Amino acid sequence: VNEPVFDVAVIGAGVVGAAIARELLGSELSVVILEARDDVGDGTSKANTAILHTGFDATPGTLESQLIRRGRELLAAYAGRTGIPVEPTGALMVAWTDAELDALPGLADKARGNGYDACVLVDADEVYRQVPALGPGAMGGLVVPDESIICTWTTTLALATDAVRRGADLRLAHRVDAIATGDGSTTLHTTGGAIRARWVVNAAGLGSDVIDRMYGFDRFTVTPRRGELLVFDKLARPLADRIVLPVPSALGKGVLVSPTIYGNIMLGPTAEDLDDRTATQTSPAGFAFLADKGKRLMPRLLEEEVTASYAGLRAAIDRSDYLIEVSPALGYVLVGGIRSTGLSSAMGIAEHVVDLLRGAGLRLTERHALPDPPRMPNIGEAFLRPYADAERIAADPEYGRIVCFCERATAGEIRDAFASDIAPRTLEGLRRRTRVMNGRCQGFYCGAAVGELMSAGLERTAAP
Amino acid sequence: VTSYAATELRPDVVIVGGGPAGLTAAIELKRAGAGTVLVLEREPDAGGIPRHSDHLGYGLRDLRRVLSGPAYARRLAAAAMSAGAVVRTEAMVTSWTPAGAALVTTPQGRLEVTARAVVLATGARERPRAARLVPGDRPRGVYTTGQLQNLVHRGQDVGRRAVVVGAELVSWSAVLTLREAGCRTVLMTSALPTAESYAALSFGGRLLTRTELATSTRVVRVIGRHGVDGGGVEALEVEHTPSGRRRTVACDTIVFTGDWIPDHELARSAGLEIDRGTNGPAVDTVLRTSRPGVFAAGNLVHPVDTADVAALDGRHVAAGVLRWLDRPSAPAPALRLLVEPPLRWVSPNLLHAGDPPPARRRLLLWADELVRRPTVVVRQQDRTVARRRLPWPAAPGRVFRVPSSVLDDVDPTAGDVTIGLAGPE
Repeated sequence: VNEPVFDVAVIGAGVVGAAIARELLGSELSVVILEARDDVGDGTSKANTAILHTGFDATPGTLESQLIRRGRELLAAYAGRTGIPVEPTGALMVAWTDAELDALPGLADKARGNGYDACVLVDADEVYRQVPALGPGAMGGLVVPDESIICTWTTTLALATDAVRRGADLRLAHRVDAIATGDGSTTLHTTGGAIRARWVVNAAGLGSDVIDRMYGFDRFTVTPRRGELLVFDKLARPLADRIVLPVPSALGKGVLVSPTIYGNIMLGPTAEDLDDRTATQTSPAGFAFLADKGKRLMPRLLEEEVTASYAGLRAAIDRSDYLIEVSPALGYVLVGGIRSTGLSSAMGIAEHVVDLLRGAGLRLTERHALPDPPRMPNIGEAFLRPYADAERIAADPEYGRIVCFCERATAGEIRDAFASDIAPRTLEGLRRRTRVMNGRCQGFYCGAAVGELMSAGLERTAAP
Repeated sequence: VTSYAATELRPDVVIVGGGPAGLTAAIELKRAGAGTVLVLEREPDAGGIPRHSDHLGYGLRDLRRVLSGPAYARRLAAAAMSAGAVVRTEAMVTSWTPAGAALVTTPQGRLEVTARAVVLATGARERPRAARLVPGDRPRGVYTTGQLQNLVHRGQDVGRRAVVVGAELVSWSAVLTLREAGCRTVLMTSALPTAESYAALSFGGRLLTRTELATSTRVVRVIGRHGVDGGGVEALEVEHTPSGRRRTVACDTIVFTGDWIPDHELARSAGLEIDRGTNGPAVDTVLRTSRPGVFAAGNLVHPVDTADVAALDGRHVAAGVLRWLDRPSAPAPALRLLVEPPLRWVSPNLLHAGDPPPARRRLLLWADELVRRPTVVVRQQDRTVARRRLPWPAAPGRVFRVPSSVLDDVDPTAGDVTIGLAGPE
């Protein structure tokens, strides 16, 4: 088969790679997305804390600070157009020690340095008025009114779907194993065959340093930082109607309590530096740490059932800012060091990368008649979902057929997922698109029925 | 968030849950002429948990015969319909309106159901691996008994070598199901020093010879084949807790059994008082909840007893519902029934002076330790109300049944009642 030479190959279909591909396809370009795993958003993008940040606590003057601000603005608008669920819950940073209390005014100043002026210092009484379920000992707080929660799964899926509709060639299960740079184009040797492109964008997340070394660089090292999370039952949701943040320390942002977009409460993450880039197991130490933290932060939360536990790997690097650099001679852009803020900044990063490419000589001709952005199925609890939508059920009874009782996912939504532009290939993928089996029973009731729908759906998508 | 273009229904009684308790309540209510009775079942078929339990042992106490789970489920569903109850399947109550009507999703549209009496019979489920905080990989092939039996009932594949976590009554049911599916149980584990279950059960006893039972053993972690999501199970690591000795047991299937939790979401979202022992709605001997006109029955209020006992609860709750329909009146304030360790809960857990005795004249209790020859001690303040030596054990993993006559001498004015156990003297 004679493969074409693409204008740009984007390595990585996480939230950052998907956003970059979509942005590139605002111009007359051919773009291929190479993803090692068998779904989009299946690496670091799938298991973060799902907060749409204001960037109030970034380091002022950094690229990260700039791109979070821009990315947040773009994503908030994009979420409105595509139906990505977002809830503007606001956040409350709580100080539990004198030292933390003393740090709060500095954080408010830092927020202003990041162009965010809405932070408000509050006393302990106000802290407990806002979140009555907090454990004893809170000394004061900093209110960050514009922090929001967002569906991280739908965000990546929307951007990737948009990219595909704009013409991106999405290649799943294409892990890049070797790179050969040549005259005018680069050959990427992948597990799915060789792909040639004039420009390569490395948005490989946890694997971005490995790709970078294939070009002969030795600029940075990714340390997988494992973050374990506990998700509590929906019945716990009234305990926290906003994000409760700890005061950040040297080791990162610490353990937070946050409502989730699916109507649960999340406690986490831990922060544990590892060597193994596949170590997504949960650990006894992680659970014990979270239980201990949780008991102090919000004792009543620990009386509720745990619905799920996750471990995600953040791509921490050995420097304090994003590392986005163009190598024009190699036709190569590194998008490295995009840590947990990448969800908020992704669309800002995409704009920035396209600007860099233009500066490096990539000719960008604006495309006219772009397809509309996709309208994503709503899996957010705060918005009307198909099972509760009488008009929708009247028009299509499959939306009234609840398959997963805990999450109220319907047969109609499962069918739609398999008929979508980027159909799920695994049960995990179906779960991220529909919430099916993500609830308190974890498949006790619906596991077998979902298995049958999964097999049927895979047969349909495999058929020509 | 909901849209309110729902069809309104106004039956005399709405029963949420079409398992043994709900269906039996419907049959009894119709036979007694309770008016219109609507059963809402969220699954495609009524019958509840027994639907997928393809072995004998159902119907003994309520139908006086021995049936397989599916046959029992079909029989109850058919009886409810022929008695004149309306049984709607694929009908899930998703929330309550502020006025107390049930909002229901069905393929035929949204319903708003307002009834003169509500019976919650939503049953119980097993705690899945996540809720037990078992760390490790997240591979495929990790089930609860409920999911396993559903899979096997539908003819789906479940592996060849299983570890069953738990050794109570339901755990043996899981072993039987696995065997039927061609999957050998290589190990059963129990955190307790002795097997919880009836070792003398005819089927269980035979299997016991082939399946190793590791007591005083806890699960350390799940090991997946590729160490990543989506791969299959490779092994389970367990620890003998007294010695701290660990071993890794190769298997491709893990079944977490027992550790029941009532499906109390609708009870909690209705604002009913929840009993801290059972985690289900608090109920009195008539199976009234804290809200007048709302009743609860079956394994929702005692997680869990056998299906026939749940069914007889359904028969019992019907009497209370009929009295309520006839003359709606709220009872006087209740005394609370409390338990002391090693008892975990008692059901019913509220007492109203002058009420009839509970279903089958039995209090149902759950014990966390084996007491082979227990003496039940009932106290009220400093007074011992009753001491009753029982010839059967209090054993973890199955309900401990106590004649309700131990409450005969309770003083309705003397406050809460505490039930404890004394060992053999």
